[in-house]
Amino acid sequence: MSSYHLDHLAYLETEAIHVLREVAAEFERPAVLFSGGKDSICILRLAEKAFRPSEIPMPFLNVETGHEFPELIEFRDRRAEELGAKLIVRTVDEAFEKGLATPTPGQVSRNQLQIPVLLGAIEEFQFDCCIGGARRDEEKARAKERFFSFRDAFGQWDPKNQRPEIWNLYNARLNPGENMRVFPLSNWTETDVWEYIKKEELEVPNIYFSHERECFHRAGQWLPVPPAHEANGKADPYEGARPTEQEEHRRMICRVRTIADMISTGMIESPAENIDDIISEVAAARVTERGTRADDKASEAAMEDRKKAGYF
Amino acid sequence: MSDAQQTIELLRFNTCGSVDDGKSTLIGRLLYDSKSIMEDQMEALERSADITGGGQVNLANLTDGLRAEREQGITIDVAYRYVATPKRKFIVADTPGHVEYTRNMVTGASTANLSIVLVDARNGVIEQTRRHSYISALLGIPHIVFAVNKMDLVDWSEERFREIREGIEAFLPKLNLFKDVKFIPISALEGDNVVTFSDRTPWYEGPTLLGHIESVHIASDWNLNGLRFPVQWVNRPNNPTDPALHDFRGLSGQIAGGIVKVGQEVLVLPSGQKSRIQEIWTYDGPLEEAFCPQSVTLRLEDDLDISRGDTIVGLDPLPGHSAELAGRVCWMNPRPLTAGKKYFLKHGTQTVQAMVTSLESRIDFETFEPKEASELAMNDIGEVRIRTAKPLTYDGYTANRLTGSFVLVEPGTNATVAAGMLHPPAQTYKPEYTDFSI
Repeated sequence: MSSYHLDHLAYLETEAIHVLREVAAEFERPAVLFSGGKDSICILRLAEKAFRPSEIPMPFLNVETGHEFPELIEFRDRRAEELGAKLIVRTVDEAFEKGLATPTPGQVSRNQLQIPVLLGAIEEFQFDCCIGGARRDEEKARAKERFFSFRDAFGQWDPKNQRPEIWNLYNARLNPGENMRVFPLSNWTETDVWEYIKKEELEVPNIYFSHERECFHRAGQWLPVPPAHEANGKADPYEGARPTEQEEHRRMICRVRTIADMISTGMIESPAENIDDIISEVAAARVTERGTRADDKASEAAMEDRKKAGYF
Repeated sequence: MSDAQQTIELLRFNTCGSVDDGKSTLIGRLLYDSKSIMEDQMEALERSADITGGGQVNLANLTDGLRAEREQGITIDVAYRYVATPKRKFIVADTPGHVEYTRNMVTGASTANLSIVLVDARNGVIEQTRRHSYISALLGIPHIVFAVNKMDLVDWSEERFREIREGIEAFLPKLNLFKDVKFIPISALEGDNVVTFSDRTPWYEGPTLLGHIESVHIASDWNLNGLRFPVQWVNRPNNPTDPALHDFRGLSGQIAGGIVKVGQEVLVLPSGQKSRIQEIWTYDGPLEEAFCPQSVTLRLEDDLDISRGDTIVGLDPLPGHSAELAGRVCWMNPRPLTAGKKYFLKHGTQTVQAMVTSLESRIDFETFEPKEASELAMNDIGEVRIRTAKPLTYDGYTANRLTGSFVLVEPGTNATVAAGMLHPPAQTYKPEYTDFSI
């Protein structure tokens, strides 16, 4: 065996590190989108590899819908602190108060409402680049997106007019008000992410592992029953997202395969207790990762339409 | 088990052919037969088949991800797909065939180790076949496969297959750059010779398409000859709490060629100063040596003034170092290239102002000969001369795909307008002249 040869994970790693360093060198005010999910966990390790022993030269940004899994929030805050990074959180609720966004009548999911919150945060902090953990294997509109994905002054992606991306030469030039989204994990698959988490011994939020949870069945998905509403005089944030009398509900041994918020994340029945179990489960899976995402099921072009409007 | 996983190699390939040659169908077939298609994707395909396809599942819809593509039944942009078999992992760039999107083929081909050129058995060798072969050669892809598709529509004729093969072999010597060339008769629609052998081609004795791409030798595709380290980011901790880091000054980057070793003598360009490698720093601990394309942080024995865009090179062989460059460009913008225009040129980690001083010729895809030209239109490939505001440290593209390539960016619009491949330097950097500043 040749010692001057990288295996597939080492290749993906060096590619992602190169991309992260290009961001640090080419942009004035970049940020890392960090949700606490498995992909952004890999991004943070890659950032450590790209920038240590210096500090990671960019803050972390997270957009909250207000319907997050509490386990995820706890993990996100702790991880950011461990890394000595500045964590900026902007929420849909704040955006309502500031008039940046208005609630969609009759719609309990706030997935779409993350768009104005994200664009508002970009404006507030004058971020010229946001690094995300999206991968091309997740979804077919993403399969067409560049590592350096240009957004115009309105935050829009124009899939028919993308900059050619040749070799490892990324064109990072922007005019004022424009923005770049950069995806260092573009070439990673779900399996690669879990193999990397194993190799690097990275901690992930415990909801990725099998646990017992009250779930209910809606639109072909097992959704988590939201936490009980405290009688605090405010409206129930989960109104419409609680099981109805007709909907089947039961306690399940389950876990999440991908995480949005509690309203958009389908639970999968799974006995996977550790990373090796997850890797085996992903290898044998017969549905895609995002098959459990209610937000993608809106239409065949749900992701493309959201990206055009400025989504992650 | 985990050791076996560690040594899995990654092969990047692209597919190219004309509209309706069946590229997307072929990738769909590879995904389907290697069981990389999931049930929910299949359901989505079946749903759209019932609505728009008269009940016929269209494998092309697996890769044609954009609304306009599904509406028009064409592939607009490069789509990347991921296939894993027990032997290898693959990154597939599905690049469209219609002439107006040739720039996307250049994009997909720039990072590929292998090119699959689809030829419709009924149409045989057409201009697109020659164009795609030429671009694959131009972009330095070491391995090429001609997949003669739709063999079912020519009654699995060995004679037709040979005719096409001879037609291609007639022009291949003019390109003369591939490490290996394969011809495989397939039906992407029905799956013959894609993943499993077909009993309808008893006269064909070669491998299946998947069998070939799983076994072709790619270990020597990266350049390990002559250290090239474009400095990407200067790594200097601010107010470190660890006193050992007070004087830490690292040069972070990805090795673009060759091997670097602790103690090795190196030259920093453009300053021409010499030093030695003190440490190869990584997050996972120091290394004794590192190689292309690893990302590392180098520390030198001497505290030199080095910044992004500088290149640390080994002494043998030395690179070219010049502000007067010659090379080929693929033009990617609707506004044509004419001599005298100024652009930003990005090469490695350096962006400099550049002027195309002359347009020497445009390549004719019928003959592969250069023809006199006053402009390059979108998707044309031509020979140019370029002058840069600062000298570049470079190699010929055929020697090193990373240090021999550049892109041109149009000021104002910031559009990436050209992909460029440099000719080998007329002379290499002369360290003995370093006392005379340029």
